[in-house]
Amino acid sequence: MSLDLIIPAPSATDEARRQIEICNACRYCEGFCAVFPAMTRQKSFADGDLTQLANLCHNCRGCYYACQYTAPHEFALNIPAALAEVRVESWERLARPQALARLFQTHGVAMAGLLVVALAVFFWALGALRPVEGAGFYAHLAHNTLVAIFAPAFVLPLLLIALSVRDYWREVGGGRVRLAHLLRAFDSAARMKNLSGGHGEGCNFEKGDRFSDRRRVFHQLMMYGFLLCFASTSSATLMHYLLGLEAPYALISVPKLLGVPGGLMMAVGAVGLGWLKLRADRSLGAARVWGGEMAFVLLLGAVALTGLGLYVATGSALVGPLLAVHLSTVMVLFLLMPFSKMVHGFYRLAALVAEAGQPAPSSANE
Amino acid sequence: MKDWPETFDLAVVGGGNAALCAAITAAEAGASVLILEGAPKTYRGGNSRHTRNFRCMHKGPMFPLTDAYEEEEYLHDLMLVTKGKTDEGLARMAIRSSEECLPWMMAHGVRFQPSLSGTLSLSRTNAFFLGGGKALVNAYYNTAEDLGVKVAYDAQVTHVHREGDRITHLDTEIAGRPVTVKARAFVLASGGFQADIDWLARAWGPSARNFLIRGTPYNRGVVLRDMLDQGAESVGDPTQCHAVAIDGRAPKYDGGIVTRLDCVPFSIVLNTNGERFYNEGEDVWPKRYAIWGRLVAAQPDQVGFALIDAKSIDLFMPSVFPPVKADTIEELADKMGLDPQAVRATVDGFNAACRPGKFHPTELDGLATEGLDVPKTNWARPLDTPPYYGYQLRPGVTFTYLGLKVDAHAQVHSAEGSIRNLWAAGEIMAGSILGQGYLAGFGMTIGTVFGRIAGKEAAAHVA
Ligand SMILES: Cc1cc2nc3c(=O)[nH]c(=O)nc-3n(C[C@H](O)[C@H](O)[C@H](O)COP(=O)(O)OP(=O)(O)OC[C@H]3O[C@@H](n4cnc5c(N)ncnc54)[C@H](O)[C@@H]3O)c2cc1C
Ligand code: SF4
Ligand code: SF4
Repeated sequence: MSLDLIIPAPSATDEARRQIEICNACRYCEGFCAVFPAMTRQKSFADGDLTQLANLCHNCRGCYYACQYTAPHEFALNIPAALAEVRVESWERLARPQALARLFQTHGVAMAGLLVVALAVFFWALGALRPVEGAGFYAHLAHNTLVAIFAPAFVLPLLLIALSVRDYWREVGGGRVRLAHLLRAFDSAARMKNLSGGHGEGCNFEKGDRFSDRRRVFHQLMMYGFLLCFASTSSATLMHYLLGLEAPYALISVPKLLGVPGGLMMAVGAVGLGWLKLRADRSLGAARVWGGEMAFVLLLGAVALTGLGLYVATGSALVGPLLAVHLSTVMVLFLLMPFSKMVHGFYRLAALVAEAGQPAPSSANE
Repeated sequence: MKDWPETFDLAVVGGGNAALCAAITAAEAGASVLILEGAPKTYRGGNSRHTRNFRCMHKGPMFPLTDAYEEEEYLHDLMLVTKGKTDEGLARMAIRSSEECLPWMMAHGVRFQPSLSGTLSLSRTNAFFLGGGKALVNAYYNTAEDLGVKVAYDAQVTHVHREGDRITHLDTEIAGRPVTVKARAFVLASGGFQADIDWLARAWGPSARNFLIRGTPYNRGVVLRDMLDQGAESVGDPTQCHAVAIDGRAPKYDGGIVTRLDCVPFSIVLNTNGERFYNEGEDVWPKRYAIWGRLVAAQPDQVGFALIDAKSIDLFMPSVFPPVKADTIEELADKMGLDPQAVRATVDGFNAACRPGKFHPTELDGLATEGLDVPKTNWARPLDTPPYYGYQLRPGVTFTYLGLKVDAHAQVHSAEGSIRNLWAAGEIMAGSILGQGYLAGFGMTIGTVFGRIAGKEAAAHVA
């Protein structure tokens, strides 16, 4: 075989371009989501345009099951997979350092490995840094020690993400952001409009060509649960520093009223999302990152369950080990924000804001 | 097949829109129903899976339709395209029934969306399926499945057994194995014969071998032929088919909607000799696009070449394949396999015949050439701004006109009278209404209206 017979495999972006150009001549899927109306603004697609379309796509899969050109048709359309591939590639490309993103986006095992390391560190810390005084879990690890560990582990990844999102904005040619764009983007995310199927009956994630709202429900449980937990932790920090009120807090207190329901929602969301992921067709997503995504869902579940466990175990001998496990999961979640599926939320929001800043899709033709 | 009854109440031949409407209607009336879809599951739904809308009468705004579209106007539009070759009684019935089809479709899982971008002119008359025809087909299969309808894929019906005024059973091949299907009633909804190129070539002439088939390769007219051979009454011109000019690079079958090209009004169109052959600017494109299939079919090798310059390239819907692009007319001609000198001469002649005036892409602007044998009467602007673009055009067949003649009950007839347990719906009987021409969205209307009638009549027959 001569060398010039070997045709290089097209890049994910080239493959997505091929498929999107077919869609742009068809447009039947215009009602499903924001991706199709957005594509009608152009006739040709630069790499940045495809990055933007890919991050707008919520992988609802409506456009796969409705497409008359899926394999074995020679056009072999699979838009959900093509865009998922471009999306993950964009996260890997825009992350710094890129190698970490490639590792953790793809490999659940890597995430588990990091978790083991974190566990070891925290168990060591609990033994070595045990404070002389303190109540509740501060009896195990002093508040100041916790802050000293977690503040940088939280802030640094966020800074990295901010840099990446700035690069994203440049790549997709985002314009000036106005309040109205933000409001529209947040509204869309708050209702998960792009998983509604356009008719409000949900997406095609796990039930083939039938519609289901399960993914939307579990995702929102996860998202709002996470936000509640985050608010809980933030309120506790404020109470600690501003009001001098220290944990443990009573059930009727702001941190608990936010945290307990939040933890429960996250736990249900994680179980649900993991279950859906097992039932869904892997070939309609970025198959190579399936493991990393699943590990991320499980990690979120572990954060929630160990947090709830910690609350239930208050005062018992289990607090020490549970605390170590909980802190480890939270630590890994934070550290991996720029390198795991977690980052999708930031890009998704950026994509929605960028889309909101574009003129309404034209219907200039005909 | 293990859970099949010995005899079904109703066997439906075909698995597109008309078949599904019939099957669902009959199943809801309590009949046990079998759908025999000749295609494998991945290609189920025939040409219906390529559609995007259906034409619907309505007396006032009714989502997703705007304004009103009443019976007389609808009929007038139909008469215009068929040049009066229409059974007015059946046409009126189909038109009137279309209004109640919309809520029926929604109740059976079909979802609608506002008119697609680029099709605003249809927002009043045509209701667009959310996700297109395949989404509609999927919704109907799910509804049918929930009603207990059995579906056999890869199930080709090869012969319909007629004994006098009754059908007794079907010979089929399911996944390559012969199976006899018994039922008390039968609905034929297996489409036209356009995918049988030999038949097309016999009817149209050998040039039909160069035609592309826009839809499914599974509509080969096997059942239609079989019924005609058994003396079923037919209707529609057996030599004619509906053909439009599509991108010459389209696949032989199943290229569907994306292969259409809307560039003609802004182009000059040449044949293989590098000569223009028809007025590209005769009328707005929606009114003219259906004639270009025949025009191109009449040219040598059944091929045409549309040339455009940079001024006009963004005036029409994007094409599925990028156009051929060149910096000079000669280079473009060469890349498209045409004689550069001949094309240069044609372009020079055309350019010299263009007159100054106001160009308006969305209306008849009267910007016409002067002194050409083949004039261009609107949108005539010289081709003078590089880069130049080119598309190859070929005839793409949508459907054939020859079909089974049915009455208002969708019943099939022979010379001796009606065949008592046989009905037909969809493309296979569309000739009963569409004698020639085509009205966008009317194919799905015919299938839905007559599919439902056939299902109802069949269920009543076996009840
Ligand atoms: C590209 C394209 C776009 C179109 N767009 C529109 C549109 O927007 N609106 C509109 O109204 N019309 C449109 N049409 C026309 C429309 O597709 C038809 O009028 C309509 O689909 C006919 O429906 P049907 O159920 O009769 O046939 P089909 O949907 O073609 O179904 C025929 C079925 O019969 C099966 N079959 C064939 N032979 C056998 C056999 N021997 N045994 C078993 N099964 C068999 C086939 O597999 C298929 O499932 C379009 C057509 C094309 C090609
Ligand atoms: S996914 Fe298929 S049906 Fe949907 S717009 Fe693209 S080509 Fe058309
Ligand atoms: S998968 Fe869903 S969200 Fe993504 S492009 Fe297709 S329809 Fe839109």
